[in-house]
Amino acid sequence: MMYTQKVMEHFKNPRNMGEIPDADGVGTVGNPVCGDLMTIYIKVKDGRLEDIKFKTFGCGSAIATSSMITELAKGKTLEEGLKITRGDVANELGGLPPVKMHCSNLAAEALHAAIEDYHKRQKAKEVNK
Amino acid sequence: MNVPPALQVEIFLYSSQAPPVEVLTRHRQAVTLLAKVRELHCNRDSGPPAASAKTIVDAVEIYLPLTGIIDFPEEERRLAREMEKLEKELTDRTTLVSIVYANGEIGTVEPIQEISKIVHSKGAYLHVDGTAACGQIPIDVKKEGIDLLTVSSNDMYGPKGVGALYVKEGIRLEPQLHGGGQERGIRSGTENLPGIVGFGKAAEIAKKEMSAESTRLIKLRDRFIDGLLKPIPYSYLNGHPSRRLPDNVSVRYSFIEGESMLLSLDLEGVFASSGSACTAKTLEPSHVLLAIGLKHEEAHGSLMFTLGRENTEEEVDYAASLMPNIVKRLRAMSPLTPKELNE
Repeated sequence: MMYTQKVMEHFKNPRNMGEIPDADGVGTVGNPVCGDLMTIYIKVKDGRLEDIKFKTFGCGSAIATSSMITELAKGKTLEEGLKITRGDVANELGGLPPVKMHCSNLAAEALHAAIEDYHKRQKAKEVNK
Repeated sequence: MNVPPALQVEIFLYSSQAPPVEVLTRHRQAVTLLAKVRELHCNRDSGPPAASAKTIVDAVEIYLPLTGIIDFPEEERRLAREMEKLEKELTDRTTLVSIVYANGEIGTVEPIQEISKIVHSKGAYLHVDGTAACGQIPIDVKKEGIDLLTVSSNDMYGPKGVGALYVKEGIRLEPQLHGGGQERGIRSGTENLPGIVGFGKAAEIAKKEMSAESTRLIKLRDRFIDGLLKPIPYSYLNGHPSRRLPDNVSVRYSFIEGESMLLSLDLEGVFASSGSACTAKTLEPSHVLLAIGLKHEEAHGSLMFTLGRENTEEEVDYAASLMPNIVKRLRAMSPLTPKELNE
């Protein structure tokens, strides 16, 4: 498998790995049966992604894309976060092997799921008020 | 012909008409498994082609789980069940059963002699794929009742692109290629002489060294397996502990994925392979690992090493010493890891 140096760098030293226990939103995508499972945790302040962390079960590119999405998303507004695509993640990593473009490039979806989860929680809070 | 004298001798020995006693020395260009099924199928009188072809596929399918020896007593029972299943599956229309002598992925050596008895009792032929086994463990086509045997050169340190098919006396095969009538008409086309010579030499060396080398490798293998599994919780051996190819080490670690382990090992100069989907073009985990009853996520976490002539105790100890940290790091990243393991 030919990975770019950037992919290997993120694989070796993943950024923002871990959990946020009191996260404002959590998004999980993938399935261990397929070999890739990602969870993204976000902390939101003033409409911005103040903190973001990931946990990933998967191959080298699954780990690298998870790491990359946290870098791309940190500090961005929620709207900007939703606009990050899997293509952006792959481009920032200098490309991914074609076979990896779909199955292990789920990080953008996991981020979107976390942001949606945040919105859902906010709505639930408003209803409860 | 300007051939050095030493080579001339080899050419005479290894490509002459007279086949030496050992199967190994029958050098024939590799023929695919499928091709052989077709050949036999054309030659057998009984049964319409479609029905036979299906039965052949079924027989191969039901045979795969045999390679899955995980828990010893349970595995013996499973083996008995599989044998019964095979006996039931075979009909008088079955032409051929094809099975590996030893599985290259998990190393399990199959009970060929018993299988052969069942297959022959139903009037079918037995083809055995000996590519992984030949040169490592003795194969006796007569004693074990093997009708056709495939062996490959590169699996015994010979040149790539050369293989051999042993055909028991009396079995006639339909030619795959037509033309000059080489290889007794079965496989026309000019012989790959350098390949054949290289294969012959490799076979000769393998025969001479097999006994001592296998003993050495088994010791090395078991030391390596211990080193890979003992220090790490939730780690398991794939395949049978003793009925196993001397060079095969196949393990798995829960909660993490194979390719990320391979990459981590690669960075430290150790090369392995995995049954994980991520290392396959098909994106499906190894069918062998699934056939022995592993779940998809377990198959994804598998790691396979192949030992060879040049490997030493020092090397396997080094490779094993890397695993605790690799596994720990990847488990810390995985959402599947139970919390207490990361503490």
